[in-house]
Parts: sequence; C-alpha cells; structure tokens
Amino acid sequence: MTEPGLYHILTLSALLFCTGMYGFFTRRNLITLLMSVELMLNSVNLNLVAFDRYVWPEKTEGLFFSLFIIAVAAAEAALAIAIIIHLYRTHKSIDVQEAEELKY
Amino acid sequence: MSGSDLVFYILALMTLCFGVLTVTSRQIFRAAVYLLFCLLGVAGIYFWLNYQFLAAVQIVVYAGGIVVLILFSIFLTQQSGEKLPVPAVSRKFFSALAAFCALALVLVSVFRFSFAESGKRSALVSMSQIGEKMLSPGEGGYALPFEVISVLLLAALIGCIVIAIKTKPDAR
Amino acid sequence: MIYTVLVLLIVLFPLAGFLFPALWGRSLFKKSAGPLTVVLMTFSFLLSAYFAYLYFFEFGYQQGAYRRFLFPDIPWLEFSGALAIRMGAYIDAVSVMMLLTVTFVSLMVHVYSLWYMKHQERYAAYFAYLSLFTFSMLGLVLSSNIFQMYFFWELVGVSSFLLIGFYYQKPAAAAAAKKAFIVTRFADVGFFIGILILSFSAGSMDFETILHKLTTPGSDALNTAAAQTFLGISALSWGAALVFMGAAGKSALFPLHIWLPDAMEGPTPVSALIHAATMVVAGVFLIARLFPLYAITVPGVQEFIAWVSAVTALMAALIACVQTDIKRILAFSTMSQIGLMMLSLGVAKYEAGPVPGYTASLFHLFTHALFKSLLFLCAGIMIHFVHNNSIWKMGGLRKYLPLTHLFFLAGCLAISGIPPFSGFFSKEEILLAAYRNYFPLYVLVLITSAVTAFYMFRMYFRTFWFYNLKGPTEKETEIEVPALIPLVLLAIGAVLGGFIPFGNFVTSDGHRMPFHFDVRFSLLPVILNLAGIFVAMWFYKTKNKRSDIVQEKAWKLYLLLSEKFYVDHLYEFITRKVIFQVIGRSAAWFDKNIVDGMVNLSGEATQYVSAAFRKLQSGKVQLYALYFLLAILALALITILK
Repeated sequence: MTEPGLYHILTLSALLFCTGMYGFFTRRNLITLLMSVELMLNSVNLNLVAFDRYVWPEKTEGLFFSLFIIAVAAAEAALAIAIIIHLYRTHKSIDVQEAEELKY
Repeated sequence: MSGSDLVFYILALMTLCFGVLTVTSRQIFRAAVYLLFCLLGVAGIYFWLNYQFLAAVQIVVYAGGIVVLILFSIFLTQQSGEKLPVPAVSRKFFSALAAFCALALVLVSVFRFSFAESGKRSALVSMSQIGEKMLSPGEGGYALPFEVISVLLLAALIGCIVIAIKTKPDAR
Repeated sequence: MIYTVLVLLIVLFPLAGFLFPALWGRSLFKKSAGPLTVVLMTFSFLLSAYFAYLYFFEFGYQQGAYRRFLFPDIPWLEFSGALAIRMGAYIDAVSVMMLLTVTFVSLMVHVYSLWYMKHQERYAAYFAYLSLFTFSMLGLVLSSNIFQMYFFWELVGVSSFLLIGFYYQKPAAAAAAKKAFIVTRFADVGFFIGILILSFSAGSMDFETILHKLTTPGSDALNTAAAQTFLGISALSWGAALVFMGAAGKSALFPLHIWLPDAMEGPTPVSALIHAATMVVAGVFLIARLFPLYAITVPGVQEFIAWVSAVTALMAALIACVQTDIKRILAFSTMSQIGLMMLSLGVAKYEAGPVPGYTASLFHLFTHALFKSLLFLCAGIMIHFVHNNSIWKMGGLRKYLPLTHLFFLAGCLAISGIPPFSGFFSKEEILLAAYRNYFPLYVLVLITSAVTAFYMFRMYFRTFWFYNLKGPTEKETEIEVPALIPLVLLAIGAVLGGFIPFGNFVTSDGHRMPFHFDVRFSLLPVILNLAGIFVAMWFYKTKNKRSDIVQEKAWKLYLLLSEKFYVDHLYEFITRKVIFQVIGRSAAWFDKNIVDGMVNLSGEATQYVSAAFRKLQSGKVQLYALYFLLAILALALITILK
C-alpha cells in the first residue's frame, strides 16, 4: 500500500473497464448493457483525468475531454433509452438475444 | 499511510465493489442503484484529485441525470419482482476470460511504460477559468467543440423524441 | 481584322441556321425555320461573294501571285511545346472559290427546299441539318490544318448521315444512312492514320508546314520519313496513300463508292447539295490541298490515285448506262465526274509555275457543282410530278414540264461537254492534262466522256420524249417561284460558267495561267460526245424496242452492269461470310465462354466466400462486441510486440 499515484488510478480504471466489459458480455437485458457501457465510459474518464493530473498538470485537456465525454455519454444514454423503449413497444421485451432481426 | 491515501483506497474499493455488483446483481433496480454508488465513487475520486467542477458535473449528469433516466426506463419496461436470468456458466467463464485477457494486456502495457510524471501538483482550476476556456475561440479554447456538442445534444433530443414517440395505431 | 470578322461571319451564319431551328424547331420556328435559314444563308452567301471580290481583286493578288492568308489563327489544343493544334481559316484562291461555291449551291438548295419540303414532317429539323452541313463544309474548306479538317470532315459525315436518313421511317433510307456512315468511317480510319503519319513526319499539323517540310528535297523531315519503310514502301507513301483512302471514301471512289448510290434515299435537294455538289468533292479538295506532297514527294501514290480514279470514272459511267432510277443515274454520273477530277490531280506533273491539271480539276469541281445540282433539282421536280423515281415511269414530260425540260437539257449538255456549255471547258482542261502527261488515261477519259454523253441523253430522251405520258387530270403548277429562282440561277451558271477565266484565279502556285483552247484538240472529244448523244437519241427519242433488243443480245454485259460489277456482292460476302461468320462467330465464342466465364467465376467465387462469411452477421450484439474486442486485442498485441 504505497502512496496512491498515476499507476493506482490507471489500475483502478482498467479494473472498472473490465468489469463493465464482463457485464456487457454476460448480461442480456438492454438496460443492464447500457449500465455496463456507462461503467466503461467512466473508467475512460478516470484515465483522462489521471493523465491530466499527473503527467501534464499545467494543461487542462484531460479535464475538458472528460467534460465532453460526459456530455456525449448523456446524449448517448438518452438515445439508447429511447431506442430501448421503442424496442419494448414493438417486441414486448428488451432482451438482446431476442432482438436479432438484423442478421444475414 | 496518510489519511488522504486511505480515502483514496476506500473510494477505489467502493467504486470497484459497486461496479461488480452492478454487473452481477440479478435485480435490475438494485443494479441501477449500485451503478449510482459506483458513479458517486468515481466522483469521489475526482474530488480527491482536486477536480471539483468535474466531480460536480459527474454527480449532476450521471447520478442526477443518467441514473434517473435508467430508473425511469426500468419502470417503463420491467415487470416488478422479476429477476434477471442467470447467465450460463460457460458464458460467464468466457466473458471473464475475455475481460481478464484485456485487463492483463492493459496492465502489462501500462506497467511496462514509464510515464514521465511531472512532480508538480497542478493548481486548482477555477470555475471561471473553465468557463473562459470553454467559450474562448483562441488557442487552448474549446468554443468549437462546445458548439458541436450543443448541436449534438439538440440532435439527440430530437432523435429521442422521434424514436420514442408513440404512433397512433391507425396512423401506421 | 475586318477579313477575320468577315470569314467568321460567313461560317457563323449557317451555324446560327443550325442552332435556332435545332433548339426551337418544334415551337418557335416550326413554320419559319425554312425562311429563317434561307435569310441566314443569303447573308452568308453575300458575305462570301463580297469576300471573294475582296480577295481576288483587292488584297489577294500581291507581287504577281495570289497569296495565302490565315485569318484567324488561334491556338486550339496545346499538348506540349512541340505539338499544338491550331484553329484557323486558310485563305487562298482554292478555299475562296470553294467558299463561294458552297455558299451559293447551299443557298440555292435552301431556297429550293422551301418548295420541295413544304408541308413535310420535321420541316425545321431538315433545315437545321442542311445548315449544319453547310457550316461543317465551310469549316472544312477553310481548315488551316489537317486535324481541323478531320474534325469538320467528320461533322460533314454526320450531317450527311442525318440527311440520308431523314426519312428514317423508310427502312431503305435508314440502311443507306448506316451504310454511308460505316463506309466513310472505315475510310476515315485510314485518313486518321495518314494524318498521324504525315503530321508526325512533318512535326506539325498545319498544311503549310507539312507541305513545306515534306516537299523540300533534302530536308531533315523528308529524309527521316523516307528512311522508315513498311512492307517495302516508305512511311510517307503509306501516309499519303492512307490520306487518299479517306478522300476516296468521302468522294466515293472505287472500291469505297458503294455508299453513294444508296445515299440517294435522302431528299432530292440533299442529294443535290451534299452528294453531288459539295461534300463528295471534299476528297478532291483534300488531295488538291496536299497536291505538292503527292506530286513531288510520292509520285507513286499519285499514279495510283490516277488509276483508281480512272477506273472509278469509267466503271461508274458504264453502270449509269443501265440504271433506271433517275437519282441513281445521277449518282453514278457524280461518281464518274469526281473520278475525272481526281484523275486530273493524279496525272498532273509538278512543274515550275502553275500546274494545268490542278486547275483543271478544281475548274471541273466548280462547273460540276453548278450543273449537277441543277440536274438534281430538275430531277426533284420530275419525281415530284410523276411520284416515282424510275425513268420507265416517265416519258414525254416535255409537254408538262417545259421549263424543267429546258433546264435539264442545259444540264445534260453541260455535263456531256458540248460547247459552249460549262462542262466542255473544264473537261477540256482535264483531257489536256491527261493527254500531256499520261496518254493511256487520256483514252480512258475520252471513252468515259462519250459514255457520259450517252447515258445522260438516254435519261433525257427517256424521260422527256419516248412516248406520251397520260397527262394528269388536274392542272398542276409546274414550278413554284422558290424552286424557279435557284433553277434559273444554276442554269445560268451551268451554261455560262465555262467562260469564267478560271485559270486566272485558281492555280497551284497563285500565278495566273490563262487557258488556251485549240480547236484541233477539242474536235475529237466533241465529236465523240456528239456521237454518244446521237446513239442515245436513236435508242430513246421515239418509242421503240431497240434498246430491249440490245439488252437481250448482250444480257451478260447488261447483268454485269446492272449488278454494278458485283462490288456490292463482294462486300456482302466479305462482311457476312468472312467477318460475321468466321471472325464474329469465334469472337462471340471467346466472349461467351472465356470472358463471360471469368466474370461468372469471379461472381460465383464471391458468392461462395460470402456465404461462408455471412454466418458472422448473426444479429447478436454481444457477439459483435466480442469480435470487436478480439480485433482490438490482436491489434494491441501487434503494436506491443513489434
């Protein structure tokens, strides 16, 4: 247990990302898939902030990138939920395994 | 170990635990609440890193916006009391394997690479600085992405309405 | 500067006459296209007459000779420093004479068409095509370089195609248009290769440079070009011969003549303008332009030209003796006359000072344009009167068409070379040139000339005399005014055109060359021509069976002639049996089995592979994410391990 630094945060973010990934592969409900995606996005934000904090402290790119990612994530979540609701109306289910018409 | 370090470890642990719970919980409503806590944990880390504004945005947008949105959509699409199905063991195994491989790859490459850490502690970026940069068209300003994001949000807004709008049965 | 504007206006008026009816022929100019183009053509003709006056009497004659001018002369396509194609108007005595002839005959035909094409369908389109042709022909005669000439050469071919196929509802007309286009196109391939060879040897496309470089003995260009040979013949000879091939195609010389008789399917005024007076002499004009090249550098090719044209002239004249379609007789006579013009160029020897054969050729071109268009326009009236092309259906027409009778007689006398009609003078010059330089061909020309007199008067007597046709029940006006004016003007030209001192204007080097007529020399051809006329008179003046008897006695010869020496059959055999059956079949087999097989193979292979791959497109989002992850892992591994 050393003093937390860049590598600690990167490790945390990698773990969080892989958690999200695990969720994305195992879950079947579309809303839970969306949650997993949000986890992954957060881990990316953490990464950016960590670099901004430890590697280029005099610059602010990481901060702004995170801000924009949050904004995009909000838009994406809203759209995803609109799609999910629409899918629910047409299929009476939001299971990804059942929404597979878009195949060969 | 100083108090500050301890705070970090607690926050990291909390974030991870709630993250894992989010992806494993069988009750979708609970999963959403776990996600909320996980996001709050991330916000805590932002605070710990001295990024107050970002932490505030994280709480407002994620905790206050997206999670609530998710909760609403759960209400709209889920029958209460139904549990999510348990994924098959093989699926769990291979997903975990894939995630682990990715993790291993990332961690290996991260630790093999030595980042040029600058020893300086960054000064607190004040809210007014962020605001000025956000709207500055000059060098180091983010006026263009800001505008683009605004258009994107508008498009998303309209798109959501178009997709989710209820069509009358006879209009089809 | 003023000359440039004049020349441009002369060319642009017919272009306007094409554009306006072509663009608004169905609406604005539906009825007025004819008068409009006539007005424009009148302007063009008046300007060219004025220009000819200026050239011949004001500025053209300098220091004892007619000079060459280029107005304008602008760069058109610049490929590189060495190769540039210019656009310009090459003004010399020949082109000014052609300018005058083309605009005059074209104007006459436009005016005549006002009557002839009245109430026809696609009235505006007809006049648009006619003006397009005039524009292209003017561009052709004014071309300052051989590429520009080729350009207008093809335009002329296109307008000829459009006009032959004007009655495209008639299968015969459509086929004739196609035939004319294909045959001349085929010849033009040779022409184009010839252009490339000549311009490559001379390093330029301009006539002036080509002639200068390739006729100066001992020049570098000439030595280099002469050193390169193909099949034992020098490159230059090939080039010149191929250019002549293009000229032969356009001017309907043997063996590329087969399109001209069929081209008579077009409206009669078109035949008068394009297939008698102007377009078909483009070949003669081309060879005349390049005359020094042929005469000095490649005399072998020139002799070849002389023989080909002599064969054409005699053959066409013989065939014309047995034809029954009045327009086809005229078509074969056109071929024969063009043969004579070309022959005159072929036998002319290059000498210091003006070349008589050269002037003779262009003189005959000029008079022929006048009397042949007159004959065609008269034939148009006759056909209009009896509603049939065959001379068997005519006879005794002199009572119903007295004016036409006079004009037609004038035309026949002119073409038969009876003094003092115009044809006599020009033919005399050709005979003189042949007599001086190449005696065997002189004999051939004499025979051709006598045969010409025979078949022309056969046609004349058969249509206007022979027996009395039953008159039409209702009185028809013989000629309306729009048709009368051109006939009168052309008849004046046909009768008096020979008195123009042509040698004083158009010569090979610009120096004046007065004609001298020797009665002793003229006696023999005139007697022969008169003999031809009397034989025709004996056969056809009154109704009798004499011709039928001769026909039965010499049926083999008759068949040979009426089948046009079987040249068409030969072409038929070559195209159908050799090209279609042998080459076409095997090419089709190759295409079907090898080329299509490859295409099908690639298609089937793609189908097979994609059938294997399409299972990947399962519709399962998580599976896609897995592929995505695997790909990223692979890429990351590659990057890390590198």
